[in-house]
Amino acid sequence: MKRTLTTPISEQEARDLHVGDVIYITGTMFTARDEAHLTMLEHGAPFPVEGLALYHCGPVAKKDGDGWRIVSAGPTTSARMEMFEDRFLEKFLPRVIVGKGGMGEKTLAALCKVGAVYTHYTGGAGALAARAISDVTNVHWLSELGIPEAVWVLSVKEFGPLTVTMDSHGESLYDTLNKNVRKNMQLVHERIERRE
Amino acid sequence: MNYDEIRLALVEAIRKAETILPQDVVVAIERAREREQGRGRVQLDTMLSNIAAAREGSIPMCQDTGIQTFIVRVGAEFPGLSSLRGLIVDAVRQATQEIPLRPNTVHPFTGKNTGDNVGEHVPCITWELVAGDECVIDLLPKGGGSENCAALGMLCPGVGITGVKKFVVDHIVGCAGKPCPPGIVGVGIGGGADLSLKLAKLSLLRPVGSRHPEANVASLEEELRDLINDSGIGPMGLGGKTTCLDVHIEYAHRHPASLPVGIIYQCWSDRRAHVHITADGRIEVS
Repeated sequence: MKRTLTTPISEQEARDLHVGDVIYITGTMFTARDEAHLTMLEHGAPFPVEGLALYHCGPVAKKDGDGWRIVSAGPTTSARMEMFEDRFLEKFLPRVIVGKGGMGEKTLAALCKVGAVYTHYTGGAGALAARAISDVTNVHWLSELGIPEAVWVLSVKEFGPLTVTMDSHGESLYDTLNKNVRKNMQLVHERIERRE
Repeated sequence: MNYDEIRLALVEAIRKAETILPQDVVVAIERAREREQGRGRVQLDTMLSNIAAAREGSIPMCQDTGIQTFIVRVGAEFPGLSSLRGLIVDAVRQATQEIPLRPNTVHPFTGKNTGDNVGEHVPCITWELVAGDECVIDLLPKGGGSENCAALGMLCPGVGITGVKKFVVDHIVGCAGKPCPPGIVGVGIGGGADLSLKLAKLSLLRPVGSRHPEANVASLEEELRDLINDSGIGPMGLGGKTTCLDVHIEYAHRHPASLPVGIIYQCWSDRRAHVHITADGRIEVS
C-alpha cells in the first residue's frame, strides 16, 4: 500500500519517517532552487511554508489561458542548496525536502533540529512528475527570476515514489553508501594496477 | 531547397530528441533493471515509467531540456550551407515555444535569461565541413547536471593507460549520483585540451552498446564500464550494480609531452536525434 503524507505535515509525522521509507505526497509543494532560496531568505516567504514540501526543481511551464501548466518537472541537484538549506529549514519549517543527489552535514543537522526529512526523487523523471501535479496555485518572482528559478506553488496528488535518504534521527543513506563505495574502490584500484 | 521544410524538420528532431528516448538506451535501462533489486530497481522502474509517460504525452522526458547542441557535418557543395545557422537558431526558438522547452540560456554576468534558448554562441553548434553535397545533423540536448560532471585531466604521459583508467574511474565514482546515473561516459584521449573534450562529446553520438572499431580501444571501453559499475554507486547514486550504461572512447594522437583525457557524462536520459538532408531537399528525421 502507498504511504501517502498529506500537507500540512506535522513535525511528528516527519520524525516518524526513517531512511529507506518510500512515501508519496499529496497537497502543496513549492519549488525553490538557488536564486529562490536566496530571495526567500532575504525577503521572507509570500505564503505559509510550515508543513509543506520543498521541491528542488526548475520546471518546464507553459502559459495556459490566465494560468500556467507544468509540462515537465523532475528534481535538480540538491547539493547546490547545501550552503543555505539549514537556515532555510530553520526559518520556514518545510517538513519534506524533495530533490536528488542528497545533501551534506549542515542540512542533516538542521533536519534533526527542526524535524524534517530529505527525500530523493528519480532525476530526469520530469514527465512522470508532471502527471502528479494537478494545478499551479501561484508563482512568485517569475519576472525577476525566470521560469526555472521562480517559486512555483503546486497542488500535487500522490507525488512520488520518494525515498527517504536523510532523516531527523541523524541517519543519512549517503554516509552508508559512501563507506560501501570506498570499500569497493579499494578492490577496483587493485584491479587497475594488476592489469598493467 | 525549401528552407521552411528544413526548419520544421529541425523542430521535429528537437521534439523527437526531447520526448522519445532512443531504443538502444531503453533496452540498456531495461537490462539494468533485471540486474538490480530494492532501491536501485525503484529508480529504474521510475525511469521506465517516465520514458513511457513522455512518449505517450509527447512531453519532454526531463524538465532540464538542456542546452540545444548540434553537430553538423555539411558537404561543401550543400546548396543550403549559408542558411543553415539561421535555420537552426529559428528552429530552437520555435521548439522552445511549441514543445515547449525550458528557457536555459542565461547571461553569465547579469544572470538574465534570454527566454528563447538563443544567446551568445548558443545554440551550441559544432561544424565539420566535409566533401559532397549532403548535410547530416546530430542533436544532443545536454542537461546541466550531467554537463557539470565533465572533467579534463592533463595527465603526465608517464602514467600510461593505467593512469587514464584511474582518472576516469575516480572522477565518475566521485560524481556519485550527481549526473543522474546510470548514463554514458564519453572519454576523449589525446589531441589537446579542447580536442579531448570534443572527442568525448562526439563519442556520445554512438548508440549504447556499440564498440570502438579498434579491438584494444573496445576492450578498454568494456573494462572501464565494468570497473565503474563495480563501485556500487548504482542507479541515481542510491546503491546497486549499474552506475553507467556504457563507456565510449575516441582518441587522437597526442603531443609527446601531453596526455589529455576529456570526460563528458551523459545522463540516463540520453536524448539524441538525427537529420539527413540531401542536395535535392529530401529530409529524413530519425
